[in-house]
Amino acid sequence: MFNQMQLDILKEIGNIGAGNASTALSQLLNKKIEMNVPMVRILSFDEMMELYGSADKKVASIFLQFSGDLTGNMFFVLSVEKASTFIQQLPGLDQCSFVLPPYSEMAISAFQELGNIVASSYLTALSEFLRLSIIPSVPAVSIDMFGAIITYGLIEISKVSDHAIVIDAEIKDPFSKDKNGFIKGHFLLLPDPDSFQKIFSSLGVNQ
Amino acid sequence: MIENGKTIKVGIADMKIAKAPDKLRTAGLGSCVGIILYDLHKKTAGMAHIMLPDSTLARGKTIHMAKYADTAVETLIRKLEEVGVRKVTLRAKIAGGAQMFQTASKSEIMRIGPRNVEAVKKQLEKYRIPIIAEDTGGSNGRTIEFNPENGVLTIRTVNLGIKEI
Repeated sequence: MFNQMQLDILKEIGNIGAGNASTALSQLLNKKIEMNVPMVRILSFDEMMELYGSADKKVASIFLQFSGDLTGNMFFVLSVEKASTFIQQLPGLDQCSFVLPPYSEMAISAFQELGNIVASSYLTALSEFLRLSIIPSVPAVSIDMFGAIITYGLIEISKVSDHAIVIDAEIKDPFSKDKNGFIKGHFLLLPDPDSFQKIFSSLGVNQ
Repeated sequence: MIENGKTIKVGIADMKIAKAPDKLRTAGLGSCVGIILYDLHKKTAGMAHIMLPDSTLARGKTIHMAKYADTAVETLIRKLEEVGVRKVTLRAKIAGGAQMFQTASKSEIMRIGPRNVEAVKKQLEKYRIPIIAEDTGGSNGRTIEFNPENGVLTIRTVNLGIKEI
């Protein structure tokens, strides 16, 4: 499907985007945030639904669509425990949690804002690197089943294919209380099928 | 009679047929819709997990039957007929079609859940299959399990608990 050079480019895109996003997150929380080398995954929809365990695993997620020269979807997915830990770093929200409903509106809106900042940092870095316009939508929040959330990123792809190409960058932090080893924090970038050629051409590589 | 049977997993854009004591299960329905067609006398059911309302949206070379509301309902009926269930005895239960993200965005994708539900209902009406129960819309993800023995559909959400329809 892709040659090694193209895979490396996609990985580098994840590196640049998520690198910038973790710097933004780090400044926002005033904590050290580290990032693992991003992975480019080519997955069936079932594998996508079960990327972090069962399809009905509860997660906290930010979702936005982007348009412009590049189109596609982006998710910032965290375990509910990790999302709670992040929110609790912010002033006045130290008692908030996403582990059990009901969730406070303040916490949801803080999480949305956090998502907004990190996702825009990701896409801004990408746009500058590729010299292509990327216009993000207002991000939306859902605290729900991973499978139910991630399908929004598969709708456009599903019209042409039964596989998704996802650039997955994991971030971690040293103040983790999340002992169960489930997801720490993941930036998932799902460009629409037509956008890959644009990414490669902008860097002078043909598909 | 105590007989446990097995639970058959239905993936996304997938469909399966089961006979009691086996059950059918699909996990993580968001905007997707789970369609169950069943015959209580024959204790046989089929479940599909559809993603999109209409196969005319397909831009690929081949059409994946279980992905679209129109082709999934048609194929499910045919598969049930193949195992000896007549179309006139079929009843339906449906679940899913949520709008997971509350936004002001009017994009087609954000509204895909309600459109899927609408499309499934239209197909069921076309084949004159009555909908006995439904749990659709809202903003919650669902995992559903159907028991062909008694026709009960169990729906689990992470935020609203479990219910049966």
